[in-house]
Amino acid sequence: MIGQMLAEAWHAMGANRLRAFLTMLGMMIGVAAVIMMLAIGQGAQFMVDQSIASMGSNLFIVLSGSSTAGGVRLGTGAAPTLTSADAEAIADLPSIAAVAPVAPGGAQVVAGAANWATMVTGTTPGYLDVRDWSIQSGFAFTDADVRSQTRVALLGQTVAKNLFGDEDPVGKTIRIKSSPFTVIGVLAPKGQSLNGQDQDDTVLIPVTTAQRKVFGSQFPGSVRFIMAQATSAAAMPAAESEMAELLRQRHHLPDRADNDFDIRNLTALANAAAETARVMSIMLGAIASVSLLVGGIGIMNIMLVSVTERTREIGIRIAIGARQRDILTQFLLEAIMISLIGCIVGVVLGVAAAVAANLLASVAVVITGAAVILAFGVAAAVGVFFGFYPANKAARLKPIEALRYQ
Amino acid sequence: MADEPLIRIEHLYKEYETDAGPVPVLADVNLIVQRSEFLAIMGPSGSGKSTFMNVVGCLDLPTSGKYFLDGRDVGTLDADQLAHLRNTVIGFVFQGFNLLPRASVTDNVALPLVYAGIGREARSRRAVELLAKVGLAPFADYAPGRISGGQQQRVAIARAMVGNPQIILADEPTGNLDMKTSYEIMDLFTQLNADGITIVLVTHEPDIATYAKRLVRFVDGRITHDGAVSAPAIAGAGA
Ligand SMILES: Nc1ncnc2c1ncn2[C@@H]1O[C@H](COP(=O)(O)OP(=O)(O)OP(=O)(O)O)[C@@H](O)[C@H]1O
Ligand SMILES: [Mg+2]
Repeated sequence: MIGQMLAEAWHAMGANRLRAFLTMLGMMIGVAAVIMMLAIGQGAQFMVDQSIASMGSNLFIVLSGSSTAGGVRLGTGAAPTLTSADAEAIADLPSIAAVAPVAPGGAQVVAGAANWATMVTGTTPGYLDVRDWSIQSGFAFTDADVRSQTRVALLGQTVAKNLFGDEDPVGKTIRIKSSPFTVIGVLAPKGQSLNGQDQDDTVLIPVTTAQRKVFGSQFPGSVRFIMAQATSAAAMPAAESEMAELLRQRHHLPDRADNDFDIRNLTALANAAAETARVMSIMLGAIASVSLLVGGIGIMNIMLVSVTERTREIGIRIAIGARQRDILTQFLLEAIMISLIGCIVGVVLGVAAAVAANLLASVAVVITGAAVILAFGVAAAVGVFFGFYPANKAARLKPIEALRYQ
Repeated sequence: MADEPLIRIEHLYKEYETDAGPVPVLADVNLIVQRSEFLAIMGPSGSGKSTFMNVVGCLDLPTSGKYFLDGRDVGTLDADQLAHLRNTVIGFVFQGFNLLPRASVTDNVALPLVYAGIGREARSRRAVELLAKVGLAPFADYAPGRISGGQQQRVAIARAMVGNPQIILADEPTGNLDMKTSYEIMDLFTQLNADGITIVLVTHEPDIATYAKRLVRFVDGRITHDGAVSAPAIAGAGA
């Protein structure tokens, strides 16, 4: 019986191909939009999550700056008020697990005939702990290297690839701003940061070497910022106030003076970014769902027309013994069929569009089975929901009136 | 139930609800139809013949009065039970044929069996059998729009017969057909009646009425004649 009804639903659709297609089109566009939007939203979420995972956990960044010069407040980082010594002092705080002073700068790096413009980061071995970064090959530099300002370098993946291709860079010599450095290790890949930077496009060198031999500075020992990792998420508030107190003390700030540094809770910022991505993902899905709703209303509209057009047919069917539920099932199946076919094509279109967006516009996309199943489920539900009213209307027709209908 | 008549109607009234209030159409109709009868219903236009047929066919319910079909009190049945009666006990033939234009002749004939829950194979076997019986075997795959009116009415009769009904209700089955075709259709009904099927048909045409064995005449919603198919009775109904 249900087989016969499916065949009839198929037949009825075939009788009005253009109309069925246009109705499906609404569904197709709706489903494709949902799939595509979910793919993009989840892609964005995935990127953020990955960046957060690569950032390191329970992280603070302490920026120098906010000093006042002649009544004019300078922006954060304007004056180098933080030093490597500040970093060492912070490391002794009980709530702090690891610390790294960071003195970065752009530089041209040369290896043989190859050269590459990258970011050279002067720091301490603590940097790898703070960033949860491991060494892929070779070794990290040590505190001894920092003390004696050795010319050693750790290469990020991108730099290693661009300078050495498939060769192993460990033991090779590179030139940073024309002074020679020995590559002692290659960092494991990290991927993109929250603001979309390639974190593997960097070279790590001892902070002292950076200060004295590469960038030079009118403020000896100064660093751009300090990264600090709290012992746990729970210790973060304590760590923040301890650091602030310590730095004020070390910088001899009077009680009424503003901080000449700025402590930012990176983990909180990252979580906010993750939340934003999640909300965006949901919003995209919700907006796309509206088009599913519109598709559903299209189905309802066409089914109502169809019921009216086929009033006489319904009358005939009732006269020869169709029960109300037979008529109901027939029209419901038709609506679901339109909805499902539209949905299947929509899923294909949506996946294709997402893949195209990824390939052509390098938008990050994540297509999950759950999203496809969700789209299917919603489409089937839309078919039933919007198909029910017209089908019920058909089933409730009075046979004599339906038979008299011209 | 062998002694129970196929149709027993007692004090049947039917009113239509309209904006201007209830319109009485049938008043105190009493009728008994035994199995294998061949009944013609005549009467002036608007006298309530079609209304009566709809009630007999379980397409509409009386306003008051009793109607027993095949021993069952129709007034006590629910919608599904009425559908079952229409599917198994009754076969309809309409003036306008009422075939589904998009289904083939075979599928049209087989349609009632879909609602009887019979499988595809068995359905088409039975449909082909009946098409042969009404002489339309070569047209099995045709669309109804591509065969003549007389042929369409044969298809409709085959459809009415497909569920092995006990009674065929035909409301002006020859109303849209020419004389020659009408007689062919009436010969078919006569043959079915000879096979034991009860036939009740409405007609305005005296020579069609002569095929029947009993004549019922309606005037203003009441039965004014019930008896032999005599010339005066037919003449009276011709008005
Ligand atoms: N749905 C309805 N609502 C109101 N009045 C109706 C309805 N159907 C029929 N009538 C009225 O009932 C009366 C009987 O109609 P019916 O169709 O039974 O007549 P009939 O004898 O079959 O006529 P004809 O020979 O023209 O077919 C008519 O006066 C008609 O106007
Ligand atoms: Mg009539």
